[in-house]
Amino acid sequence: MHAAVVVFPGSNCDRDLAVALQRAGARVTMVWHKDTALPQGVDLIAIPGGFSFGDYLRCGAIAANSPISQSVKAHAEKGGYVLGVCNGFQILTETRVLPGTLLRNAGLKYICRPVDLTVTTAGSPFTCRYEAGQTITVPIAHHDGNYHADSDTLAALADQDRIAFRYVRNPNGSVDDIAGILSENRRVLGMMPHPERMAEPAHGGTDGAAMFAGLVDQLANA
Amino acid sequence: MKARVHIMLKTGVLDPQGEAVRHALGSLGFDGVNSVRQGKVIELDLADGTDEATINDMCERLLANTVIESYRVEIL
Repeated sequence: MHAAVVVFPGSNCDRDLAVALQRAGARVTMVWHKDTALPQGVDLIAIPGGFSFGDYLRCGAIAANSPISQSVKAHAEKGGYVLGVCNGFQILTETRVLPGTLLRNAGLKYICRPVDLTVTTAGSPFTCRYEAGQTITVPIAHHDGNYHADSDTLAALADQDRIAFRYVRNPNGSVDDIAGILSENRRVLGMMPHPERMAEPAHGGTDGAAMFAGLVDQLANA
Repeated sequence: MKARVHIMLKTGVLDPQGEAVRHALGSLGFDGVNSVRQGKVIELDLADGTDEATINDMCERLLANTVIESYRVEIL
């Protein structure tokens, strides 16, 4: 499985994400945001956390208009796999690859700590190694993770089983406790928590590793 | 020419920052502040003759996130 990790000025989880994918068996290429084309034969695009362009204007808004973002959008539109973590999730909503948006945390504070998540669906290549209803612990680190969408979008997400993760104790005001959502074809996942920061024993837990293992497994056989 | 873009959260979208400002005004003793909504103003210095449709396009594609924000263009 060949993954591309996109790097923006201000990305700071790019290497963590690359290491997590590599440990799961993926071949990883780092891609600079000014590149317009993705490496040939890429199976997965991973958009890391951080503070792309200093979060100026809105989190992810400038990155969403970087040259590479058009290629990410095209990759998703033709059925490619995309994972966006934290700022990566914000970028995917700003490019409208995923619906809704991430507002300032309801408590107005930056929150950095492990949180419990319920795996809401196992029906995606990202969550296939988990069981629906399982609780996992993964860290969050964000100031703008308060997921918001209109009621029609929320109804569609629920009806189509596209809510991937919910917070057990909502830390940021996200509507419906949403921590991560899937695209309609279930090949794009955006989530605020950081699975790559809970992927090996030295991290204090390995609950995130199953996401990368599942992805590599599914995409190698795709 | 210059234009000013006013961007506000749409009605119904919670504004935690505005709410914090309302609380702070209350603690300063300003009674009767029922609600505060915080937005942003962007001033554009543009080539003469830029039409309003182009400015609207800038708003739609970058300056505002129309999922949660509305905007108003003022030509100065």
